[in-house]
Amino acid sequence: MELRSKVPSGPIDQKWTKHKFDMKLVNPANKRKYHVIVVGSGLAGASASATLAELGYHVSCFTYHDSPRRAHSIAAQGGINAAKNYQGDGDSVFRLFYDTVKGGDFRAREANVYRLAEVSNEIIDQCVAQGIPFAREYGGLLDNRSFGGAQVSRTFYARGQTGQQLLLGAYQALMKEVHKGQVKLYNQCEMLDVVLVDGQARGIVTRHLVTGKIEVHLADAVALGTGGYSNAFYLSTNAMYCNVTAAWRAYRRGAGFANPCYTQIHPTCIPVAGDYQSKLTLMSESLRNDGRIWVSKQVDDDRAPGDIPEDQRDYYLERMYPAFGNLVPRDLASRRAKDMCDQGKGVGETKLGVYLDFEDAIQRLGADVIEARYGNLFEMYERITGEDPYRVPMRIYPAPHYTMGGLWVDYNLMTTVPGLYAIGEANFSDHGANRLGASALMQGVADGYFVLPYTIADYLAQAKLDPVAEDNQEVRGTVEEVESRIDRLLALDGDRTINSFHKELGRIVWDNCGMGRNATGLKEALEKIPVLRQEFWENAKVVGEGGSINQTLERAGRVADFLELAEVMCLDALVREESCGGHFREEHQTPEGEALRDDENFTHVTVWEYTGADTAPREHREPLEFENVPPTQRSYK
Amino acid sequence: MKLKLHVWRQAGPSARGQFVTYETDASEHMSFLEMLDVVNEDLEEKGEDPIVFDSDCREGICGTCGMVINGRPHGPWKRTTVCQLHMREYSDGDEIWIEPWRADGFPVQKDLMVDRAAFDRIVAAGGYISVRTGSAPDANAIPVVQVNAEKSMDAASCIGCGACVAACPNASAMLFTSAKAAHLNLLPQGQPERYGRVLDMILTMEAESFGTCTNHGACENACPKEIKIDVIAMLNRDYMKALLKAS
Amino acid sequence: MRRVYSLYSTSVGKKYTMAVSGAIFVVFVIVHMFGNLKVYLGPEAFNHYAEGLREFGAPFLGHEWFLWVFRVGLLAFLLIHTVAAWQTSRQSWAARGQKYKKQEKLVFHYASRTMRWGGVALLLFVVYHILHLTTGTLHPDFIPGDAYHNFVTGFRSLPVVAVYFAAMIALGLHLYHGTWSAFQTMGLDGPRIKRWREPVAIGVALLVVLVNLSFPVAVYTGILQ
Repeated sequence: MELRSKVPSGPIDQKWTKHKFDMKLVNPANKRKYHVIVVGSGLAGASASATLAELGYHVSCFTYHDSPRRAHSIAAQGGINAAKNYQGDGDSVFRLFYDTVKGGDFRAREANVYRLAEVSNEIIDQCVAQGIPFAREYGGLLDNRSFGGAQVSRTFYARGQTGQQLLLGAYQALMKEVHKGQVKLYNQCEMLDVVLVDGQARGIVTRHLVTGKIEVHLADAVALGTGGYSNAFYLSTNAMYCNVTAAWRAYRRGAGFANPCYTQIHPTCIPVAGDYQSKLTLMSESLRNDGRIWVSKQVDDDRAPGDIPEDQRDYYLERMYPAFGNLVPRDLASRRAKDMCDQGKGVGETKLGVYLDFEDAIQRLGADVIEARYGNLFEMYERITGEDPYRVPMRIYPAPHYTMGGLWVDYNLMTTVPGLYAIGEANFSDHGANRLGASALMQGVADGYFVLPYTIADYLAQAKLDPVAEDNQEVRGTVEEVESRIDRLLALDGDRTINSFHKELGRIVWDNCGMGRNATGLKEALEKIPVLRQEFWENAKVVGEGGSINQTLERAGRVADFLELAEVMCLDALVREESCGGHFREEHQTPEGEALRDDENFTHVTVWEYTGADTAPREHREPLEFENVPPTQRSYK
Repeated sequence: MKLKLHVWRQAGPSARGQFVTYETDASEHMSFLEMLDVVNEDLEEKGEDPIVFDSDCREGICGTCGMVINGRPHGPWKRTTVCQLHMREYSDGDEIWIEPWRADGFPVQKDLMVDRAAFDRIVAAGGYISVRTGSAPDANAIPVVQVNAEKSMDAASCIGCGACVAACPNASAMLFTSAKAAHLNLLPQGQPERYGRVLDMILTMEAESFGTCTNHGACENACPKEIKIDVIAMLNRDYMKALLKAS
Repeated sequence: MRRVYSLYSTSVGKKYTMAVSGAIFVVFVIVHMFGNLKVYLGPEAFNHYAEGLREFGAPFLGHEWFLWVFRVGLLAFLLIHTVAAWQTSRQSWAARGQKYKKQEKLVFHYASRTMRWGGVALLLFVVYHILHLTTGTLHPDFIPGDAYHNFVTGFRSLPVVAVYFAAMIALGLHLYHGTWSAFQTMGLDGPRIKRWREPVAIGVALLVVLVNLSFPVAVYTGILQ
């Protein structure tokens, strides 16, 4: 596997412009002769489909949802960053670039991040023109807020529903092209494999979730906008259907998988309530602006929070980080909460939680102000827990939320398989080891609207794309593999439900490859996972048949892939002998317990190559260079 | 708590459906869908087909979930989708009737899962602003009256779940169509296509198998995002203007 | 023509025509009620008013010309209103082939649920009302030309009064939701109008029902003789 990043030469602020000029173009009259498949209809997938179609390409867009609008981008709350500097507070493309590289703990590719910061401004223009109702000031101009500890106000938002509004904008643009016939939309159609012909990605194999029909769709290029893999943890803030299957199938066909151990754990989620829990709910980070985080100083303190006097409370973030207090970055806030629970100071029935207390804020500002700021979040919390956060402190606990790792892509967003692209959360490109708040939306939309539609032309204009027939041997072979895998899953008639395997896997990954990782735990996980995987294929049970809706079968295929991915996640975490961003190796920390990077040995992307079902994946490295933002130690003391 | 569930089971779009009764033991901390997950887990262990229902984000924003519980779309809580409904609402011995959205515009695919592609077709007909990627003017070039931006956001918060159709005694899709149109028609960016949009969306809505709006207001009461029927009045008004302007 | 067709081809358009024709009926029932108030001024005034309607527009218009134009007009609007109601109802019934086992009524106004069958009841009542007091076909003691006599004698029977009571309740509900609904359907919901929609609808319904019911009550209790 050869990792050619294809980063253009020249100064960082001219690379993208130069590259756009250097790339080959497809003649407008020829564009309609090219057929591009886009898998996924989230922010990246929908925006890419719409833009490619506008340019004249013939596009097929696939989603397993009943409507493209349901993709999980919809759940993003906070906002989207852009370097508009509308507030005149000294923001610039370079500052956004700088913050993102630093926030990613110097593990992202500089050129990609700069391009992201550069197109961020066009994104806002595009979204406003599409009718996205961003918050506005009284004068009618766009409002901004500061988010995730940024020192400038660069976050654009639409109440607490920014992801929803951006996705609806992309969805509407997509539906416009569907109406024109330029995009063919396949709802409730799940991609189960990539078709490679002569080493090029030439299509996908899908299963229609309603009819169960297995179909092959051929094209000239394939783009995957299929999201992240947080559900490897079983419990995460991801939606129920989120899965790694599309990316994983691509990996098994030769696409390198980069940095799978970079996962983000969000500190402010509602804690697990019981065994039956199906997913976790995120509450906006903004709560930490006014809430104070604390636990009891005593171990195993069973008193109600109100009965614990002030001097017996440990406001541990304020104690440890006097400068940033409760506003330290996500990874720190999460890890410290875990420490407290590990010490036996956790709160709530399960002892896996810490208090987020608004009592002081309510006294200082009044309940009205707090309600105006966080009313909807308080209501959501009360709905889920039955507790009134105006009177009892909230309980929060970290939860998996986003995965920075993903399919390796070059500057053009192409994976190591020619003609196969990865966009949005599905790729690894822009966030390094840790993503900043309000940057996920920015990256999804940037890839879909402003990057892929141009870089794909460079490939289409130069690649040798002979017509492929459906009865081509490689095509038939892939279809048969998919069919036999489904048959194998349907034949599973053991004693354990699919969910029980997913839950057990999640437990292993969370315990050993979660907020804190160490060699012993990871090695243990690497022993347990293959055993569990083997048990899955021997003792799992799939009820129902394949010819109609069968949600158990759908889940079975996804869990089977998680069982493979989890192993590579742990392997990646094991070989990365340093701590950076969301990846915290307990062996590598400063005396104060902070992450300790090893720039000398680990300033690179780790990329895994599939070598076969029974052999270990091969490790490759893409060295990273920092010419514009010299690496420094992050400090929030 | 012990509960008796009467769940609509229907093997496919053209199959005859019926209620099947299940008994389950639920915890008050569970969400309603987690309660059903547990029922399904038991069914799977027994080798029976689990109840098919659609749900994704379970945070009340994606609009995937939806079922009629004891006659009420999304169940008894206001401003709440069924995924956020929790079992505290119920007590030991309760009987719960669970049905899919019932509307010919939303054919049942299986059990509690319905096909809402009609909503996509309504949006495709005109629920967008045509702006080619990269051709937009600076975002602050056109100021938007703050009140209108807020009203537009109110309408845009529609999650497309279909509870409005499910609740409407006429199974009408007017609240959805109107919300979508209002979101765009309230903004300056939406003006050039405003009247064409209204005509196209209404004609598409009519071509689907929905009923007609008779101003009952049931949709507004069922909407988990509390979208008001004011948007329907706005669509009605725009429709008349559109007819007068049409050439 | 295309616009008219387009108007009538959609349910939104049909609702519009129902709102407009309905508004005309609202005005009609108010005028009708107001005219009938003259019954309290005695036989002479009332008969004079009834005769005046026949001679309306004279000498420019001939005997009963206006009245017939008026009747034909009303009939046409009634036809539009009824056909549109019938068609939209059929569309709605078809839209829910499979009914709910349980359905909570989440409607605003109880009245909104009575529009269809209440409307049918009103239609039947209108037929009866014409046969009763216009043509006299169903009147026990009808004297053509003596409106006051027909009016007073017409309400002496308890079943007749009961029919009128029932019809006025149906009319009240229909007027209440219909008036409110017409504002909504015609998109009249500006902030000021919106504040007045509900009070106006209640006011119109109460006014018409109470005044109209006062007639049979007055006859039956002997106030009018």
